[in-house]
Amino acid sequence: MNTNSDYPKRICSTTGFPICRSAEFFVKANAVLGVVFLLIGGIAAILIALTRWQAVHLLPVDWFYRILTLHGINMLIFWILFFEVAILYFVSTTLLKVRLASRLTAWISLVMMLVGAVMVDVTILLGKADVMLSSYLPLLAHPAFYLGIILVAVGTLIAVGNYFATLYIAKKEKTYEGSVPLVVFGATAAAIIAVVTLLHGAVVMVPTFLYSLHLCAQPDPQWYRLLWWGLGHMSQQVNVCAMVAVWYFLAAITTGAKPLNEAVCRSAFVLYILFINLASAHHLLVDPGVSAGWKIWNTSYAMYLAVLASMMHGFTVPASVEVAMRGKGYVRGLFGWLTNAPWRNPGFSAFFLSLLIFGFIGGITGVTLGTQQINIIAHNTLRIPGHFHATVVGGTTLAFMGLTYYVVPLLWRREYIMKPLCRLQPYLFGLGILIMSFGMSFAGSMGVSRRSWDIDAGGSIYGPTAHLFLALVGIGGTVAFIALFLYVGLTVGTLLFGRRIAAGKSMEDWGTPKVLSTSPGHDHVAPAPGFAGGATVAEAHPTQGTMVLAVIFLLSFAVYYFANWKALADVWPVR
Amino acid sequence: MNQESSSGLECPKPGWFQAPSGNERTWIGMAVIWCLILSVMMPYWHFRGKQNSTGEAYRVKPADFVKRVEAFVKVNTGEESLVEDGIAPVVPAPPGEVYLLAKQFFWFPVLKLRSGETYRLHISSADVQHGFSLLPMNMNFQIVPGYDHVLTIKPQAPGTYHIVCNEFCGIGHQQMVGKIIVE
Repeated sequence: MNTNSDYPKRICSTTGFPICRSAEFFVKANAVLGVVFLLIGGIAAILIALTRWQAVHLLPVDWFYRILTLHGINMLIFWILFFEVAILYFVSTTLLKVRLASRLTAWISLVMMLVGAVMVDVTILLGKADVMLSSYLPLLAHPAFYLGIILVAVGTLIAVGNYFATLYIAKKEKTYEGSVPLVVFGATAAAIIAVVTLLHGAVVMVPTFLYSLHLCAQPDPQWYRLLWWGLGHMSQQVNVCAMVAVWYFLAAITTGAKPLNEAVCRSAFVLYILFINLASAHHLLVDPGVSAGWKIWNTSYAMYLAVLASMMHGFTVPASVEVAMRGKGYVRGLFGWLTNAPWRNPGFSAFFLSLLIFGFIGGITGVTLGTQQINIIAHNTLRIPGHFHATVVGGTTLAFMGLTYYVVPLLWRREYIMKPLCRLQPYLFGLGILIMSFGMSFAGSMGVSRRSWDIDAGGSIYGPTAHLFLALVGIGGTVAFIALFLYVGLTVGTLLFGRRIAAGKSMEDWGTPKVLSTSPGHDHVAPAPGFAGGATVAEAHPTQGTMVLAVIFLLSFAVYYFANWKALADVWPVR
Repeated sequence: MNQESSSGLECPKPGWFQAPSGNERTWIGMAVIWCLILSVMMPYWHFRGKQNSTGEAYRVKPADFVKRVEAFVKVNTGEESLVEDGIAPVVPAPPGEVYLLAKQFFWFPVLKLRSGETYRLHISSADVQHGFSLLPMNMNFQIVPGYDHVLTIKPQAPGTYHIVCNEFCGIGHQQMVGKIIVE
């Protein structure tokens, strides 16, 4: 049938996935390095949270800014990029049953990314780059800082190129029929956005690097802001895209969910590619030299079509779970499908909590703060980190954690140690992030600045209530850190001490809902949930439970949105 | 729709490109309408609302802007001793041209404004980027060196207001607190 069928691989006995031997090492290496950077960023996170909690105020001033720079870069750039490269290699080789295009390229990419990341971290810790993640000019860091970021960006670009080459080989050698699976489609959308993102990074970082070496004039700071956010914000859209792909993956694997309508899901990914890019504009909403027309145009047409895409995914993902669960016979009431979902399965709980936190907290705050005029009462306050910790941490990181609980047994063939703790971990992490995000958002609503060491700014400016919310930041941060530490500990512990899964033996399931014998659709569902095709007719298994959740979401959105217009109307008139 | 569908992990069956139906279709319709409302709110507020960021700005060399601020302070105080306190007295309105300098790590001068009058507040930086955060109003604007950012503002109530820098500007960033007094 094709020449590709004899590439070195092994077949996972639980899932039936072929694990490509040539890709396996790189999936593992990138994922492990990602987790290492997550741990570095996590240790930085707890130090920061305990400094902003005024009662503790842990770090001295210079170390606070240093550690904050370290935290931002390790979390938003390194952890995410390394893990995304792992995801790209994994979904392409596994789901398309193809070998990795080039091992040499994968090596080059891995080494460049690693060298770059280490350079950046060392430069920061030596105190040569106290410039924050955004490193706004004219603040200047040591050249090694910029060079390191360039190396990571180019290394990631090479990995993305390797992914596209792998897709090409799969197409050419006909390892699949028709269209690629939805998860691969989503990962490809993420990869396309990554290319645009990293090109922005190159355009802004190369002149800045040369300037730091005194080889060219200082780039204009406003130009830098515009271009840097092409990197800084868009890279987070890569996360969003990858996260949504992981949602579809985990929904399928934990409940047997199937997309209601492939065309809708795929169109939503295309909307991300086309329209998310200019959403970078909402970092410039209160900037000088950028007209109101430019700000409004770029936040309305561009952002809201991407928002539409998120709202489509936000409906279709839980709806597909509802249809799958009802198909298994969990038909009681509006939410019987949800209450009977496999909540003890960390893959499911991480995915569903990620969906809820991303949508209800991250999404609603993000769109509201990104509204041109409302940004006046939000820009650079703690409301901004309050928003993006709900998207990137409560959303993306939590979804990636859920994925790990499946990928580690699949690739390393080891059983997770201390399973009850694994089942608890997503809840603990989600809870910590929720508390922290609430604390940040409300403190920010009182004007508390982000990226500031002394919360009180030298007096009692913000008032006692703000301090209460900052204490919540500290407490939530501590809870989230414990959960993160648990995640890293459990995963590393499993790699070292986990019981080996013997060849040919299925890996132990985290728990997937059984088909009820009274189910009207039970004879269509294959025994291994999620991996075999079955009949699902949306009309036969309606989605009214999801519809109710969606309407609740829309109402919450409207309340928060218009409450913010009201708050804006109360401040001084300004033009 | 009455056909076998496949999970997100498998290639979809041929003929997968179908229009949405049922609740999914209804939801997409609701989402589109909501996005239209979101889009219309901003131009509406631009014309009817009182709080907007129009980004009015003029190119200026940082050194030149510092001179303008110094000249402004001199003209509006006359007394050298007052300048040392960094307090510029009331500026005639309307529309008074007022200058404010952001510099590592202070705001200069302390301004005295009148409630209910309109001012054109020129803000720029002598060095790196800063953030203008007026508290407790919680109004925030970006200050970028090389750009004279003009805010046309109208103070609403007497009192002492703080200006906190909320863009990281170096290791003394948290000390950067200024004042606007409204009478």
